[in-house]
Amino acid sequence: MRFMMFMCLPEGQQEQDWNPTPEDVAAMTRYNEELRKAGMLLSLDGLHPPAEGARVGFDSEGRQTVTDGPFAEAREVVGGYWLIEARSKAEAVEWASRVPGRDCTVEVRRVFELSDFPEDLQEAHQSEWGGE
Amino acid sequence: MSEAETQRSIETVWRVESARLIAGLARMVRDVGFAEDLAQDALVVALEKWPQTGVPDNPGAWLMATAKNRAIDLMRRNTNFERKQEELVREVGVRMAMDAARVEHGIGDDLLALIFTCCHPVLGTEARVALTLKLLGGLTTPEIARAFLVTESTMAQRIVRAKRTLSAAGVPFETPDGTELDERLPAVLEVIYLVFNEGYAATAGEDWIRPGLCEEALRLGRIVAELVPREPEAHGLIALLEIQASRSAARTRANGEPVLLLEQDRSRWDMLLIRRGLAALKRAETMPGPLGPYGLQAAIAACHARALDAEETEWVRIAALYDALAQVSPSPVVELNRAVAVGMAFGPEPALTLLDEIADEPALARYHLLPSVRGDLLEKLGRAAEARSEFERAAEMTANERERTLLLARASALVDPA
Repeated sequence: MRFMMFMCLPEGQQEQDWNPTPEDVAAMTRYNEELRKAGMLLSLDGLHPPAEGARVGFDSEGRQTVTDGPFAEAREVVGGYWLIEARSKAEAVEWASRVPGRDCTVEVRRVFELSDFPEDLQEAHQSEWGGE
Repeated sequence: MSEAETQRSIETVWRVESARLIAGLARMVRDVGFAEDLAQDALVVALEKWPQTGVPDNPGAWLMATAKNRAIDLMRRNTNFERKQEELVREVGVRMAMDAARVEHGIGDDLLALIFTCCHPVLGTEARVALTLKLLGGLTTPEIARAFLVTESTMAQRIVRAKRTLSAAGVPFETPDGTELDERLPAVLEVIYLVFNEGYAATAGEDWIRPGLCEEALRLGRIVAELVPREPEAHGLIALLEIQASRSAARTRANGEPVLLLEQDRSRWDMLLIRRGLAALKRAETMPGPLGPYGLQAAIAACHARALDAEETEWVRIAALYDALAQVSPSPVVELNRAVAVGMAFGPEPALTLLDEIADEPALARYHLLPSVRGDLLEKLGRAAEARSEFERAAEMTANERERTLLLARASALVDPA
């Protein structure tokens, strides 16, 4: 099963975290390499700070509002993610706990697979896309 | 942490660490069976201690240290040890000293040696597969037994016998190099390929452990490709597996019926796995020398993966790739597939000529796809009566009920113009 591991950084620390020391980079590279050599890493990316991003909000009518960063109210922001293939949630958590992190949270979330959906939804997906 | 939680976390640590642990120990004691016993013993100690002390910060290192101490202990205490094992004690001592000096030793080398030992030519294919899943996959004997639909005692015996065979043959714990590596790598790749196919053949309703074999094979394939990065076939194999796995959601209907490749809903193909597969194939292609059998099969799979629509498939290229595959790895099934590709690329006539050449192959005597493909080609040529009898023959041969219905429908739809 697939898991997404989000690296969540407290908002106040963004600046220094987006400017890591060479030691931090080396530790993270080692960790990523371990994941890859364990045959578990599907993909990973680091993200630019939210100040350089934007948000598209939708209200109850579906109308959109675009807001450019930085965002005042953010308490925690995603700094990057890993997509891994693990045999269980426990295994994913074990790997998450090996991230060389400080003052951060690694959130582990299982990725939905088609078989997780009830059968009627699967069939709806199939007929919608011409699977039958 | 509750006892149940600790128990779970110990099991997880075992899954994550066992292969490296066994590999590291096998390098010291030069016997994979003994190494596994030591690792298991360390696990038992962990099960006793960790519920009280908590899981240590570096559980892998803890298990390794415990297992090493246990090895030395065992050997010292056992006065009936044979001379050979006494030598082993000294050897282990030396190795541990060397280890201490060499803090960051290449764990990858040990893992690779473990893989090559599990897939050693003194073992039969079934034994190689079982041992690889046990020692590298960290699967339990009951899990492997379930995956291969045999009883637990059969699988346990198979594993015990495999370990004994390795010991008796004095198989050295090492990674072969040079030409020997080239000779023995195909056996390693074959084991991974077999594990994948066993999982791929499983149906949706089955025990989860069987489809889980695909993920296990992908994991092993990715590990091996990292460990022997200069071997094009290692990348060829993982490319093939990633691309095949990308179709898993599309290859069966919700009711479990199989869907043929050209009829699959391509929006359900996993783009991430396709991308990974294409990248691995590119690595294999950029290496010196022509593609091997896995690389060529991956290149064929990639042609399908690149086509957004079945009609966009590059059949001329696929036919050329099958031609190359038939040369490096000839088999009647490859010839049959080549005929299909030639039919799609150049029309039914040259394809029929190719089929005629393999018509009497004993290996295809019970293979329903031969008359089925033949019927398809004959139908395109307007030879209705011949096509009908081929479809009927294919319907008799297939074990798949739905396929039989489809074939009979095609047969009865054919009207003889004469």
